[in-house]
Amino acid sequence: MKKYDALVLGAGHNGLTTAAFLAKAGLDVLCLEKNDYIGGAAVSRNLYDDWIYSNCSYVCSLLRPEIFRTLELHRHGLQITPYGGSLTFMENGDYFGSYHDPVVAYREMARHSRRDADAYARYSADVSRQCRFIRDFLLTTPPDPTSFKPRDLLGLLAIGKRFAAAGEDEMYDTLRFWTMSVADYLNEYFECDVIKAALSGSGIIGTALGIHSPGTAYVLLHHYMGDVDGNIGTWGFARGGMGAVSNAIASAFRGYGGELRTDAGIERILVRDRKVTGVALESGEEIEADVVVSAMDVKRTFLNCMDAGDLPEDFVNRVRNFKIRGSSGKLNIALDGLPEFPALPEGSSLHYSDMHFIDSMERMERAYDDWKDGRWSQDPYIDMVIPTLTDPTMAPPGKHFMSCFVQYCPHKLEGRDWTDPEREAFAQTVINQVANYSPNFKDLILHVEIRTPEDIESEIGITEGNIFHGELTMDQLLFNRPVPGYSQYRGPVGGLYMCGSSTHPGGGVMAAPGANAAREILADLKRDNTVPETFGDD
Amino acid sequence: MTERYDAIIVGGGHNGLVAAAMLARAGRRVLLLERSAALGGASITREFADGFAVSAGAQWLGQLQPAVVRKLGIETPLAARDVDTVVLAPGDAPVRYGRGRVSGVGDGDTKRYAEYAKRMRRYSKLLWAWLNRVPPRLGSGAGTDTRRLLRMALELRLLGRDDMREFLRLIGMNVYDDVEECFESRLLKGGLCLDAVLGTHAGPRSPNTFMTSLYRYGGEAAGTALPAGGMSAVSNLIAKAARDAGAELVTGAPVSRILVENGRVTGVETEDGERHESYTVLSSVDPKQTVLSLIGARHFEAGFVRRVGHLRAVGTAAKLHLALDGLPTAGGMSADDLGQRLLIAPDPDSVERAFNPAKYRRFSPAPVMDISIPSVHDETLAPAGKHVLSAIVQYAPCDLEGGWTDASKKEFLDICLDRLAEYLPGIRDCVIEGELLTPADLEREFGMTGGHWHHGELSLDQFLFTRPLPGCQQYRAPLDGLYFCGAGAHPGGGVTGVPGYNAARVVIERDTHRS
Repeated sequence: MKKYDALVLGAGHNGLTTAAFLAKAGLDVLCLEKNDYIGGAAVSRNLYDDWIYSNCSYVCSLLRPEIFRTLELHRHGLQITPYGGSLTFMENGDYFGSYHDPVVAYREMARHSRRDADAYARYSADVSRQCRFIRDFLLTTPPDPTSFKPRDLLGLLAIGKRFAAAGEDEMYDTLRFWTMSVADYLNEYFECDVIKAALSGSGIIGTALGIHSPGTAYVLLHHYMGDVDGNIGTWGFARGGMGAVSNAIASAFRGYGGELRTDAGIERILVRDRKVTGVALESGEEIEADVVVSAMDVKRTFLNCMDAGDLPEDFVNRVRNFKIRGSSGKLNIALDGLPEFPALPEGSSLHYSDMHFIDSMERMERAYDDWKDGRWSQDPYIDMVIPTLTDPTMAPPGKHFMSCFVQYCPHKLEGRDWTDPEREAFAQTVINQVANYSPNFKDLILHVEIRTPEDIESEIGITEGNIFHGELTMDQLLFNRPVPGYSQYRGPVGGLYMCGSSTHPGGGVMAAPGANAAREILADLKRDNTVPETFGDD
Repeated sequence: MTERYDAIIVGGGHNGLVAAAMLARAGRRVLLLERSAALGGASITREFADGFAVSAGAQWLGQLQPAVVRKLGIETPLAARDVDTVVLAPGDAPVRYGRGRVSGVGDGDTKRYAEYAKRMRRYSKLLWAWLNRVPPRLGSGAGTDTRRLLRMALELRLLGRDDMREFLRLIGMNVYDDVEECFESRLLKGGLCLDAVLGTHAGPRSPNTFMTSLYRYGGEAAGTALPAGGMSAVSNLIAKAARDAGAELVTGAPVSRILVENGRVTGVETEDGERHESYTVLSSVDPKQTVLSLIGARHFEAGFVRRVGHLRAVGTAAKLHLALDGLPTAGGMSADDLGQRLLIAPDPDSVERAFNPAKYRRFSPAPVMDISIPSVHDETLAPAGKHVLSAIVQYAPCDLEGGWTDASKKEFLDICLDRLAEYLPGIRDCVIEGELLTPADLEREFGMTGGHWHHGELSLDQFLFTRPLPGCQQYRAPLDGLYFCGAGAHPGGGVTGVPGYNAARVVIERDTHRS
């Protein structure tokens, strides 16, 4: 039986990234995937006729350019195309749009409030400053604040220096930014409800928090700190769906000599004498390796795939208390044609934007109140895009694919499993909200894939279907992620590592956790580092 | 024109009084001006019905810092009775906790509570060690600030590796998740959740509420106590200390303006036009009013005024005062239980649900309450055989949609009485007279913006380095001679004495440097 240098569990974009960097360093790596396709939550699936669905993640921006370039993903077919702006429909028949062109964007904002249009420049500059601060730390391992090792002390010093370099006033701004709610933060700049509602969405996507929950201003960064070709804050579509990202990384991995196996679900991670020895597959087959890297979320890794007896008790308790909350659902829809939106001027570029359908802060927060009570939002926040307008390869000519990301949708309904009629009712809630603004929308629907957190969990394997593999709250960020004392990608057992989104810097199709984990593993194995350092901005 | 004082203090709440006492002791010529007829601000006992008196603002003593008490020399005369907390359950046995123990819950919770209480004490002691001191300014480059920061880091590290990690995890977390991690009993969890959110514009699921929970623990002070004679007893003791040291305390003298000339403070003017001169003015009025009303935006830099405008201070806690014909009965409760601190907080979700409407500027249809019947221990508050009940009721936002009118007040009062009757059956028959103070009333009565007892929301973004405002955490306002010494300043509200104490120290140290 062949023994590998390293096994990577899960072929999502992070698992594949770790695998690729390890293989690049010359290790003999096998990446195992439970499904019969790779990609995890960055996947393109052909679920209806000739349509390609990005059926989990649907837009791309966070993928670190350092990784993109080092793995030469362009050579493996990855192409990201930016899309145009965003849009919020209003109940009174009007709309609020945002545009790439700053002059047009200003005029549109001024149509709703001149004061806000003037404030936007300041807002944008302030948020960009926060983005630049955090971007420097994405491709680094968080230092352990309790450690006296030179490496940790230097790491802390680096953060402190970077923080202090901004000057006193901005240090306070940063402290406040990291602890405020997105609603309070926006209230400091803007007065117009629809503008605030439109901007606040980025503070809650994927989290089990409302716009009034402190800490959500920080979540803004997870939606602003990315870029497409250096344009910070821009989002784009991966040509051919989000699976193109995973496929490109997988192709790079194979190019470095890595081996990939699908239909290989993990039953157990095997441990002897507090060291990993390999894994047992669901089929009963055992595969040996000295290094095992899990791209699964920490709950699944340690609570489902390991014996509690192999782990320190305190660690298991901490993992149990790690918060991964299902809060978002999704609808993937095949359309017979392009839906009309009569509120928009004909030929408006906003047809290409991502669209939202609730227009006030109160409606945003009420959507969260429903979730807290274990219901899906009756008036949900929907982030809707039609990628086929930008990337025609995803549907037959003249037809379209629509992705509706829905916030909030609980993992369990008032504590119990979803039933089929309830899934249908959830889908109807979403469809009706879109149909309120598009009279021909319902007639165009050919097929709907309904994804509650429960569905995402059972298919992809992410606990509660949480897109970030764990809440992005302060208690679970930086050196606290995933749990205090284990933020440097090493598990509590020799040879065991974590590389999924449960680790720093968290979720989104960023690939940074995968890259950081690979760097730590290579250091432990005393191999040459193949992982790029942060390029920095400008 | 009178002669110039060394320092004038605006507002005679407990913090203003502490500052006056400290400065007078240091030999300063001090004048304190209070707008109402009595001293004490929101730490006051007053009659609300014929023969019935109650602590009209703060009702518990539990955070007054021992260091302040010792410095003022009021340890001995300060008579207060420690109480436990009893979480009420209609028709069921209540859960009682406090002083490190819990009863009425399962064995698992009993054991875990002992651990939990110890942990909270450790963390609260650390937090309050920081809160008792003047916080460092960030990036000032000054040696004292660097030393202060390093000292904080060192104290954090001295918790030990595990505790430090846990502290860093918990400090930004919400109380809801923490109690869910620790306990099973819904009543116990509900009570601890309410403890954390009292006086804040937050629900137990709001991140930051673990910090407010630690804040409430009060560090070395720890415990919840009822002062004999109500909160005026505390204020009067501090006032006496101030007078004994030579401070001039004047009541019925509302300050209308803090005078500024050539970019520095020169004194104050009262509503009847009287002027008092001093180059040092300590304002215990909340920062928003101090800057925007008493001084005026034009005397400050625009960026600072913008920050002041952004200071969040929307109170959500109302006060309910009832004159009772006798003690209410409640199933499973002893008379002793009724003398404790009583909570209506049946479970964490109920507390969170009570909070929801406050976000939309509405009041809770099923409020949560922190109730005291002080007359059980203190016969000075009510005629013989009769009782007073005082309750903090949440949530009733100050910025209620449509404003607080007689009709909305009546509606909320009825809701409160119904809610009380659910948990203390028969109380409606005992009520002789009642008074509801909404945050809007508290704002009027005590002059605090938004009726917020912390003079500004207590949340991590308005805490420690950024309280009351970024750059002002060392009590000094960006106007020569002006200092903040009220609850709006570091560390925050509650009867702690710390803002007044620290502000006075800063003034005294300044003078030492100058001479």
